[in-house]
Amino acid sequence: MSSLALHQADPAAGTSPGTARGPARPRRIALVPTLTLLLGAVYCLLPVVWVVIASTKSGRELFSTFTFWPGTGFTGNVSELSSYRDGVYWQWMGNSALYAGLGALLSTCVSAFSGYALAIYRFRGRETMFNILLAGVLMPPVILAIPQYLLLAKADLTDSYLSVLLPQILSPYGVYLARIYAAAAVPADVVEAGRMDGAGEWRIFTRVALPMMLPGLVTVFLFQFVAIWNNFLLPYIMLSDDEKFPITLGLHTLLEQGANTPALYTLVITGAFLAVFPLVALFLVVQRFWSLDLLSGAVKS
Amino acid sequence: MKSASRRRSYGVEGAPYAHPSPTTALKGALRAPYFFLVPAVVLFLLFFALPIGYAVWLSFRKVKVSGLGLGSGARTEVWAGLENYTDALSDSELLDGALRVLGYGCIVVPVMLGLALLFALMLDSEKVRLAPFTRLAIFLPYAVPGVVAALLWGFLYLPDVSPFYFVLEKLGLPQPDLLDGGPLYLALSNIAVWGGTGFNMIVIYTALQAVPAEVYEAAKLDGATPLQIALKIKIPMVAPSLVLTFFFSIIATLQVFSEPTTLKPLTNSVSTTWSPLMKVYQDAFGKGDIHAAAAQATLIALATLVLSFGFLRAANRRNRQDARQGAAR
Repeated sequence: MSSLALHQADPAAGTSPGTARGPARPRRIALVPTLTLLLGAVYCLLPVVWVVIASTKSGRELFSTFTFWPGTGFTGNVSELSSYRDGVYWQWMGNSALYAGLGALLSTCVSAFSGYALAIYRFRGRETMFNILLAGVLMPPVILAIPQYLLLAKADLTDSYLSVLLPQILSPYGVYLARIYAAAAVPADVVEAGRMDGAGEWRIFTRVALPMMLPGLVTVFLFQFVAIWNNFLLPYIMLSDDEKFPITLGLHTLLEQGANTPALYTLVITGAFLAVFPLVALFLVVQRFWSLDLLSGAVKS
Repeated sequence: MKSASRRRSYGVEGAPYAHPSPTTALKGALRAPYFFLVPAVVLFLLFFALPIGYAVWLSFRKVKVSGLGLGSGARTEVWAGLENYTDALSDSELLDGALRVLGYGCIVVPVMLGLALLFALMLDSEKVRLAPFTRLAIFLPYAVPGVVAALLWGFLYLPDVSPFYFVLEKLGLPQPDLLDGGPLYLALSNIAVWGGTGFNMIVIYTALQAVPAEVYEAAKLDGATPLQIALKIKIPMVAPSLVLTFFFSIIATLQVFSEPTTLKPLTNSVSTTWSPLMKVYQDAFGKGDIHAAAAQATLIALATLVLSFGFLRAANRRNRQDARQGAAR
């Protein structure tokens, strides 16, 4: 499929400045790449569009009207969801915001400290330490989560907010990203100059290096926020009290109860829509001053 | 910059080194990295090293029940040697799950990375329109939790509410059950592909952007078509990022858990032991046999490491061979 697409793209690409002869046609569109990307976009947006529309339907409309025709029950669905078990849904949302917000903030701090240390200083065991931290990425979450549960049970910490928060603070990928950003954004000269001015290492870090690393740290924060918001396995293992559930786990239990009672479908669908909304909104807002490329560790030279 | 600030410090302070002596500054700089690393190291020991060690230790132990298993002294933990491992390796539920996940991975990884590469190349091609919009749209599923993605697609697979079935019905085409048998693999794979393509596309696209334009100029002057440039120049140039995305995709695929767990209430075809991780969870918390679960988890971790690093080594060896052939030419 890709070869076909690229072949057909030839004529358009032939008008590129390097090879163009004769009258310039700068407005030509590379049709096939554009169409391929549009198809991809449709595929990726389809379930999101579906859930937006389905959440506007009342229980009866969901099964009787055409899927992509909006219904009239959105406010009814939301109020029904809000009153479901005394508003436990919004409790789940709040919990997710707490886990992801606080967890990502702490994680960003830890990543900033370690990334800065690993990028700026030369010290014994630096590469070993970095490699060991990075190896954490490779550990299947379950081989960590089950013993984490058993160990936290010994400390009487399971089924608590801390049991979900603490294991997610150290993010190997966050440390990796922070190291790349620190190495690219903080020149050694600046650190050296700070020392010459008599500033302590901590002062240099907070006053000089941290502002320079900030764009990269926003990325670490976003990455970790999404990772914690989307995490299912850890809270699934750690928590049994549904007042402490994050939204992912809450929706899972809602679906488990609702699967056999189609009357609950609308609740699940509305709940799913409202759960997707904050992260999508976050990314759309952040787009204005933050580039997606940063997520893969790209740094402007 | 360096000299300027140095001069300033000389000028303002009067004498050089008037303030902290260079030796104390040096000592601070020597100790500082270790202080900065304390939080990470403490967290690593508590939440990575200790649990892994504990899991491995548990996997070599078992619970011995004496008498009827009643009373406080009836259940004691004893050394089990490799018994849990031999049990795990002959456990048909675990092996079936491993086969299912291998089949699932053989669909997910090539399709997801193929699409990611295709979209990245298209984004990188000249005169493409709507690139910022499509890039964001294809990336968007990354922000959707796996559970919610499985839930959305789960509803789209249900005949009662799905638009696909509506279209199939109107067209008079057969309506397959997507949540059973072979189609179930496709249904589950689709969820993973949908969720993962965007992130991998960004990684590959970023690598493509880093390739300087001059690299293509010569080929273009020689009259190479965009397809030739893509196959002969662009793809080899981004090979390292392809290897990286492959590596992480293998790891993620072998650990599939939340998607089948979420689909479970919608179909009887997803058992509680569909994937190896679900089996581990089931043994640990359903049956309460943490020792068997620990051995299985250790085996999954080992299999993940062997497969992912085996792939890395194979990729590196090929790279070196290519380099040698290139040098010989």
